[in-house]
Formats: sequence, C-alpha cells, structure tokens
Amino acid sequence: MRTTINSLKKGDKAIIKDFDIDIIPLKLLEMGCLPGNTVELLQIAPFGDPLYLNINGSHLAIRVETAKEIEVELIKIKF
Amino acid sequence: MINQNINIALIGNPNTGKTSVFNQLTGLNQQVGNYPGITVEKKIGFCKLPNNVKGNILDLPGTYSLNASSIDENVVIELLLNKNDKLYPDVAIVVTDVENLKRNLLLFTQIKDLEIPTILVINMADRMEYKGITLNIPYLEEHLKTKIALISSRKGFGIDELKNLIVTYKTITTEPCLNASSIDPEYFNSLRKAFPNQLLYKLWLVITQDVNFLNLERKEIQGSFTKSHSDLKRLQQKETIKRYQFINDVLKEGLKVDATIAKDFRSKLDRVLTHKVWGYVIFFVILFVIFQSIFEWSKVPMDFIDSTFASLSALANSELPAGVLTNLVSQGIIPGIGGILIFIPQIAFLFLFISILEESGYMSRVVFLMDKIMRNFGLSGKSVVPLISGTACAIPAIMATRNIENWKERLITILVTPFTTCSARLPVYAIIIGLVIPDTYVLGIFNLQGLTLMLLYLIGFGTAILSAYILNIVLKIKCKTFFVVEMPNYKLPMFKNVALNVVEKTKAFVFGAGKIILAISIVLWFMASYGPGKNFKNAEAIQLLKTENVGLSQDELSNKVAAYKLENSYIGIMGKSIEPAISPLGYDWKIGIAIISSFAAREVFVGTLATIYSVGSTGNDDTIKNKMAAEVNPVTGKKIFNFASGISLLLFYAFALQCASTIAITRKETNSWKWPLGQLIFMSSFAYIVALIAYQILK
Repeated sequence: MRTTINSLKKGDKAIIKDFDIDIIPLKLLEMGCLPGNTVELLQIAPFGDPLYLNINGSHLAIRVETAKEIEVELIKIKF
Repeated sequence: MINQNINIALIGNPNTGKTSVFNQLTGLNQQVGNYPGITVEKKIGFCKLPNNVKGNILDLPGTYSLNASSIDENVVIELLLNKNDKLYPDVAIVVTDVENLKRNLLLFTQIKDLEIPTILVINMADRMEYKGITLNIPYLEEHLKTKIALISSRKGFGIDELKNLIVTYKTITTEPCLNASSIDPEYFNSLRKAFPNQLLYKLWLVITQDVNFLNLERKEIQGSFTKSHSDLKRLQQKETIKRYQFINDVLKEGLKVDATIAKDFRSKLDRVLTHKVWGYVIFFVILFVIFQSIFEWSKVPMDFIDSTFASLSALANSELPAGVLTNLVSQGIIPGIGGILIFIPQIAFLFLFISILEESGYMSRVVFLMDKIMRNFGLSGKSVVPLISGTACAIPAIMATRNIENWKERLITILVTPFTTCSARLPVYAIIIGLVIPDTYVLGIFNLQGLTLMLLYLIGFGTAILSAYILNIVLKIKCKTFFVVEMPNYKLPMFKNVALNVVEKTKAFVFGAGKIILAISIVLWFMASYGPGKNFKNAEAIQLLKTENVGLSQDELSNKVAAYKLENSYIGIMGKSIEPAISPLGYDWKIGIAIISSFAAREVFVGTLATIYSVGSTGNDDTIKNKMAAEVNPVTGKKIFNFASGISLLLFYAFALQCASTIAITRKETNSWKWPLGQLIFMSSFAYIVALIAYQILK
C-alpha cells in the first residue's frame, strides 16, 4: 500500500519519496518538502486536521488533503 | 571626509527577527509609508555608520523566496530587479535565524544570484548554546561567498560588527554561490544568447514571475522561451532541489548540532497550547482577558481625556473674546480633537495585545488549532488572525488576509471581517453602554457593562462566522486549496518591537482617521451654527414672544433659543428630514445627524454628538455623556437614550458598514467594485432591520 504523510502516526519519521508536482504548491517545496528529505509528524490538530510537521528542520502545518498527495517511506525505529 | 549615503535592503524570511534587526540598527529613526499604488507598508530607517557614512535602510516585507505568491513578496522582487529604483540597494542584508539556517539560506542563494553585494546576518545567536549549535564561520563565509555577522538582536550583540561590514560592502564578492542554470543547460544557454546583456537569473525570474523590469518586453522573452506552467514548475522544483543540495553540502561542514545538549521547550509548550481541550480553553481565556482589560484599563484615561476636553472647551469659551472664531474653536475644533484622542487608550491596548500574540509565536498555534473548525464556515485557520486584528481595525485586518492562499477563503474573510468589532465602534459602544447599562456587578466579579461589551464582540464574531457560512454556500468559486503555515519558535516578545509597533499603528490610525474626524467636526459646527430662512435668524424673537416662555430666567431662555436654533440649522433640517426613517428604531433627529455624519467613519458618531450638544450650551463644562443622559424627548418626556433605543443603536453600529476606508481597501484587495458595494448594501440593510426589530420588541 502507498504510504502518505496523513497515514503517519504522531511521532513517526519518514522519508519523502514522491508527489505530484502539479498539486503541491511551490511554497511547500521551498520550505524543504522535497524527495529525499525527512519528515516527522509532531502533532495532529484536535479534529484530525491540519498536521504539524517537521520537514527537513522546518516546522510547519499543512492540511490532510495536501498531505495525502505526498508519498513517504516510514523509517523503522531500531531498538 | 565626504559624507556618503548608502542604500541598504533588509531581506529575510518571516520570523527571523528581521524587524528587530531593523529596530536595532535604526532606533527610533524610522519612517513608515506605503509603496505607491498599493497598501504594502514601506519602512525606511536611517542609521549612522562608521567613517561618517549614512545608511538608508529599507525593511522589505518578509518573504520565503523570490518566487512571489503575494503582493507583499512582489514588492521585494520588483525592487531587486529594478536598478533604476531610487531605493535599489548598494548592499543587501539577508537576515536568517540560526535555528532555521537551512531553510533561510534558500532565499540567500537567490539574492546572491542577483549579483548584489550581500551580507549574511545569522540572528538569534544567543540561542546557539541552548540548542547545541556550533558554526564554522570562516568555512561558511568561504563557501557562501559572503561576509557573515553573527548577532543577537534580542541581546543586542553583533550590531556594531554588522555596521562595520556594511561600510566595507564593496569588498564583498558579487559572484553567485552556485550555478542554478545547470538544471537545464540547453534552455539557459539559448536564453543567454538571446539576451547577452541581462543577468540570467533575472531573466528566469521575469519568465516565472508576474513582474516587469527594465525595458525588456515580457512578451519578447515569452514569445521564444515560453514553457507550459507545469514545465516551469518542474524546473522550479529542480532549481529548489539544486539549491538545497548546495546548502546541505555547505552546512554539513559549517554547522554542527549536538542533539544531546538541545533542550526542547517548544514541543512541551506545543503539547499544551494545541491540546484538544486545553488549547481552546487557553485561547478563549486569552481573548476574555484581552477584552475585559481593554474596557477596564482604558476607562480611566478615556474619562480623563473626555473631561479634559470638556474643561478646555469651557476655558476657551470664557477666556477668548466672544465671537464666531471662539465658537468655532470651543464648539467645533476642541470637541473634534477630543473625539479623536479619546481613541488612543483602547487602540493602543488592542495593538499591544495583538503584537504580543504575533511576536510570541502563539498566533500560528491558534491558526493550527482553528483551521478545521473555520473550514466548516468557508474560512481558513489563517482567517483567525484577520478576525482578531479586525478588533483593532478592519483595514490592517483585510491586508492581513494576503497570506491566505485559497482565493475563496480569502474573499470570504475579507467580506466578513468588517463585522468584527473594530476600535472605531468602541467609543460608540462605550458611551451608549455607559448611558443605558447599569454599572453593577454580576456574581460579584463581572462588571455588567464589561459583559455587555463582551457580548457585542461575540455578536460581531458570530455574525462574521454566520455570514461566512452563507457566503460559502452561495459563492461558486472553484480554486485549488493550499495551506502552508510556518510554526515559529516561541519567543518572549521584545519590549522595543512591541512598543514601536503599538506607537506606529496608533499614530497611523489617529492621524489617518483624525483628519477625517476633525474635518467633519468643523463642517458640522458650521452646519449646526447657521441655518436657512427666517426661523433661524429670528430665533430669539420667536422664543421671546412665546407665552410659555414668560417668566423664565435668562439662562433658561438662552438654552431654549439655542435649541430652537439647532433645530432650524442646516444640520437640524437634515436630521429632521430623515427622522421618519429612523424613529421606528427609537432615534431622534439629533441621533439622525450623528448617523449621517458617521456614514464615512463610524467613530465620528461621538464627535458629532459632542459638537451637537456643545453648540448652544453656553459656558457649560459638563461632559458629553452627562449632556446625553439628560436629553429627553419633548413629546413623550422619556429619555432619548433609554434601554430600548440604546440597544437598538448598539446593534445598528455592530452591523452597519460605516467606514469609507474599509470600502476602499476591499476595492483594492478584491480588484472590483462588486464586493465592497455588495458588502455595504448587505451590512447596512441588515443593521437597519435588526435595530428595528430590537427597538420594537424592547420599547
């Protein structure tokens, strides 16, 4: 199954893999949302939307409808 | 030594403390204006530099990159692309936050491509130890091809070093730090061949942005170098990746973070402030405290201003030689100025709270917390900021909608913001609440007048939200939804920044609105002091001949004459002629005058009443409020300002769009007359109907 940012759980870290360039705003790319960068889900707003992320060191919030378009690969936490 | 002037442009991402750096460099030596034709704030400051050099510092609007997505950001590009601009910088200063260096450097690499001498300021250096950050400055300077000033605008260190760097700007290389054109060598090579005299990055910006520059015809470039929107965006993505690759490589050596040292205060605070219960509780407690304190704290200075101007007016009347000029001063100008100055306490408090909320980083958490809820009403989480700022003034609030990416959400926010209780309504509310709501306490702690005011704020917000809901259903606009909001670090607001902001905003408001209020006050005085026809001229004789006036004292008689004169003056006739329309709302012709005159700016209401009640009352130093309280309806003998008419007036002012400036700004921001006119008609008729219903039920 395709993993996207909105399916992450709070505290999960993942690597950005791919997204549809025509849907994702340029501003988000400039904030560091680019393939290969890490993303961490820090908080989920009370009604499940928006999502508070740490992308490549930048702290920002995006809506679920945008997060749905960004494919990621979960980083397995080693114990 | 010859005095030398250099132009300096201050550029940076939002939340990097750029304005603090500006304040540190210029102190109080600042000028605030607007860019011609648009309402983007233009801040210029002056600063004395070493070796007798004078710096003109331009504080450009915060921007994340040179790919503009709002008119604020456009300003930055337009200036940097136009070498002929009077303010074109000799040297650019890019301000960055040490904790967000990676992202902040993106803009820096773009500025470097414009081949302007650029200094890199790394701000908030006082937090490095706390966050376990170490920097290799010589390495960074070498690879970023710049000079670096490590400063803390909060603690005030590094500013002198920055000033020294500015004066030696000519030694900084203008060489770009990376070769961005390698993302599509073929395309860029042909572009270079076609325009050999132009800077490649400038050409690229002109192709991708909506800006004009120099004499280069946009069409000319576009004709042969057009690409589809989607292809351009793909190239822009490549460009962004390229820049980040470069930045990552440089920072790998230049910046080390020891994660074991870093303390994480932010996530703990985030957990509480965005909590599903506590987040909202805290937000509403903050709002409640703000509104209670605005009413409570401004009471004393407002009463003081009110009574000072009442006695000033009486003093002018008794000390100056009697005549028309004295009347103009004591009855027109002094009450007019008083009507402006009385705003200061409340406006200052409101701007104080708003700038503290913005500076601390809390406002972004509110945006995060409210987005989902607001979206049910067709608004965005970002609409919260305009709706709260709207409690100060709708004009900056409507400008603050610019960062809402979705046009429909933005339009709805613009249309409903004027419903929020702006500070111009406050003096109207204050005086009417003071007249018709008893000054008692509920449950021992809540002041009933304060609660009424709070209720009016809630009605304002409620109507805004409800209209948004309706507009969301009615308006059929399709557009892509974007929502990106930066969550900045928490910061203790800096006194200097907050204070400067409060002073600047209050000053702009008082002088902007003040001119209108003063002018209207003077016009009103003339219209109230002169009248057409015999009735006005022969007022004294008419009153003397009336049998009911026989046996009155001299004072009582002159009051009767004055009242009769006012009734037959130009303004009295105007008020009388609209009386049939407003008497079902519980208003008399005097209130009618105030409503007419406050059509362009609602705050004129109090000033108008002040002028109306001052004209003709001889040497009386009573405050306006007492005069209004004493006013009775000559037919029914009931007080004019009673509970029913008071509530009706409060509701009328809560809903009516009586603000020429709001109409103008809506026109500018929506680029059409359709929206402001619709807004005006809807709000005014709604106000009339609600006030009518309220009075008919309560009377």
